[in-house]
Amino acid sequence: MQVEYSGDVMTLNMGPQHPSTHGVLRLELKTDGEVVAEAIPHIGYLHRCFEKHAENIEYPGVVPFTDRMDYCAAMNMELGYVLAVEKLMGIQVNNRVRCIRIIMAELNRIASHLIAAGTYGNDMGSFTPFLWCFRDRETILDIFEETCGARLLYNYNWIGGLMFDVQPGFEKKVIDFIDYFEPQVDNLNTLLSDNFIFIKRTANVGIMSPALALSYGVTGPNLRGSGVKFDVRKDEPYLGYEEIDFEVQVGLGEHGPVGSCWDRYMVRIREVKESCKIIRQAVAKMTPGDVQESIPKRIKPPAGEVYMRTECPRGELGYYIVSDGSLKPYRVKVKSPCFTVMSAFREISRGAMIADIIAILGSVDVVLGEIDR
Amino acid sequence: MESIAQLLQLMPKYDALPALLRASLPMLVSSIVIFALLSLVVLFLVWLERKVSAHMQDRLGPMYVGGWHGWAQTIADAIKLLLKEDIVPESTDRVLFKMAPFIVFLGAFAAFVVIPFGASSIVSDLNIGVLYILAIGSLAVVGIMMAGWASNSKYSLYGGMRSVAQIVSYEIPAAIAIMTVVILVGSLSMQDIVNAQKGGIQNWFLFRNPFTFLAFFVYFIASLAEVNRTPFDIPEAESELVAGYHTEYSGMRFAFFFLAEYANMIVVAGVATTLFLGGWTQVLPGTLAAQLIPGPIMFFLKVMVLIFVQMWLRWSLPRLRVDQLMYLCWKVLLPASFILVVGAGWLAVYWK
Repeated sequence: MQVEYSGDVMTLNMGPQHPSTHGVLRLELKTDGEVVAEAIPHIGYLHRCFEKHAENIEYPGVVPFTDRMDYCAAMNMELGYVLAVEKLMGIQVNNRVRCIRIIMAELNRIASHLIAAGTYGNDMGSFTPFLWCFRDRETILDIFEETCGARLLYNYNWIGGLMFDVQPGFEKKVIDFIDYFEPQVDNLNTLLSDNFIFIKRTANVGIMSPALALSYGVTGPNLRGSGVKFDVRKDEPYLGYEEIDFEVQVGLGEHGPVGSCWDRYMVRIREVKESCKIIRQAVAKMTPGDVQESIPKRIKPPAGEVYMRTECPRGELGYYIVSDGSLKPYRVKVKSPCFTVMSAFREISRGAMIADIIAILGSVDVVLGEIDR
Repeated sequence: MESIAQLLQLMPKYDALPALLRASLPMLVSSIVIFALLSLVVLFLVWLERKVSAHMQDRLGPMYVGGWHGWAQTIADAIKLLLKEDIVPESTDRVLFKMAPFIVFLGAFAAFVVIPFGASSIVSDLNIGVLYILAIGSLAVVGIMMAGWASNSKYSLYGGMRSVAQIVSYEIPAAIAIMTVVILVGSLSMQDIVNAQKGGIQNWFLFRNPFTFLAFFVYFIASLAEVNRTPFDIPEAESELVAGYHTEYSGMRFAFFFLAEYANMIVVAGVATTLFLGGWTQVLPGTLAAQLIPGPIMFFLKVMVLIFVQMWLRWSLPRLRVDQLMYLCWKVLLPASFILVVGAGWLAVYWK
């Protein structure tokens, strides 16, 4: 929405301590009444020198650090790193490891999207969906806890294998959860997604055109929300995603232009259902095997460099690792999906209202731990 | 107030008191009674709201304090707020900052003067009761604006500004919706309006004709907006403005804003009950229940139903945006209320 503003602006500092900046983002808003002429994001409040740390730690020791980047989707964070090192060393893992990794990554994707949808409802002033989402996420965390002992930061994917094999009865638990969870998504749609006020608040707000999204390098649900059919799992498959049947969901613009906040939100909700399909297939494909059989005795990759990209819940996560043949990586660089979408934020929030800023920020679903690293 | 004055007459040596005291004592006693009653009901409502929201969200809510379903939780919270340090930030306008919560509370509290709880349980049956409700309801604007300005915080200022714009706008459809009833009754007195609805559910203005039926919804929506309840809680929009105009308040001053919010819920429900749901009159006169339930309890039950609806809305709907709120007021509710008034006037003239 474009609104005229008089040029008499007041600077409003939103964050780093603010209920809906999703962590410690600071937005510098140039406001004229309710209209925001410019929203300038300031990042760096959660910088923990991950990339420098990684240069001083042996390869397996980096995995727990990757967990702490996107703490809402730690399984996917470590998966990307582990796959990169395995690619560098040429390790092939067996089918069981691949299936468990897929199940864990997709469960974590559901958990992460539930946080995104729930907090988005909260941002829009509706508190009930938030707790409904967290109730279902709790079951996923219980499954994780049973498998690896941790509920948030797992350190479960190891280079060449997994920390533990899954517990007996794991498959049944997962399928039971999916059976229970799929109808809950429709409940959430009734409560929030199809709500008239919610659609009015989000459907014409924060429109990111496909061209804008591509030019800023936006990936993941945010790019798909703009109608661009791109998913690393489909376009550059890893872990055997090519054998799994699922649809890439894109924003369709049912309630306004394609690429609005509602489209980005709805892509996540639809992806949750796709993840359920993937998990069912992965559970069916699981075969017995030793999950630690291909873990090398000594992790010392040959000199060289590798770039591995995976689809994490917030978009394309890339690890660029340079090895000098020693026990420690020479350089680890992360291509963060949240960072790229944050750079487009200023563009899509121009001329919005204060309430819209919150709507846009919630819809791009950033995690500051991953932006700042 | 008359019945309280009569009770006081029975007090020994009442006539020996100075004339000024004798005149003001009934007022004082009635305000104390109302304040005590209000505080108790608000404590109950806070507990109820936490329970309603909890059960809507698959939780249990307060379960521990006091034993049975955490009934003493809000009492404990109130004591905590009373004992908290009274913080007045350094850069505030101190006088206005300290006064604001009381003015907001006064606006909510004073409205109880004309709400009839029963056939004789009314503080003062003013002959301009409806007008008084509308007038005193706007007092909150002053207090909220004071709070927003005096806090010297940008979020508070935004909250105050939004609130003033919202309350001033929504008063108009609310007032006009009330006028439909006033036209049909021909009186502004609250007791007269209740008496006009005697004789059971079919005589309620809600069900009597289509114009007042719609006017009820116009009034209810507009007054929800007037008292800043969700989905119209943009002045204190937590996710946008932190806490709006009461961001800088803590302790007892914050509690007064809180008290005012819940008191306003009761006022909205009370006025809606009086005007459209027959007030303290019986739902089904002539039955056994009608003989057993006294008027004030009947009134309280009806009010609780409407309060439950308010809570239900709050925990299921998202919040509107400022411009959408204004759109709803000026382009939907206001024309609708005009049409309703014309319709009610037509009824009053040609449908005797």
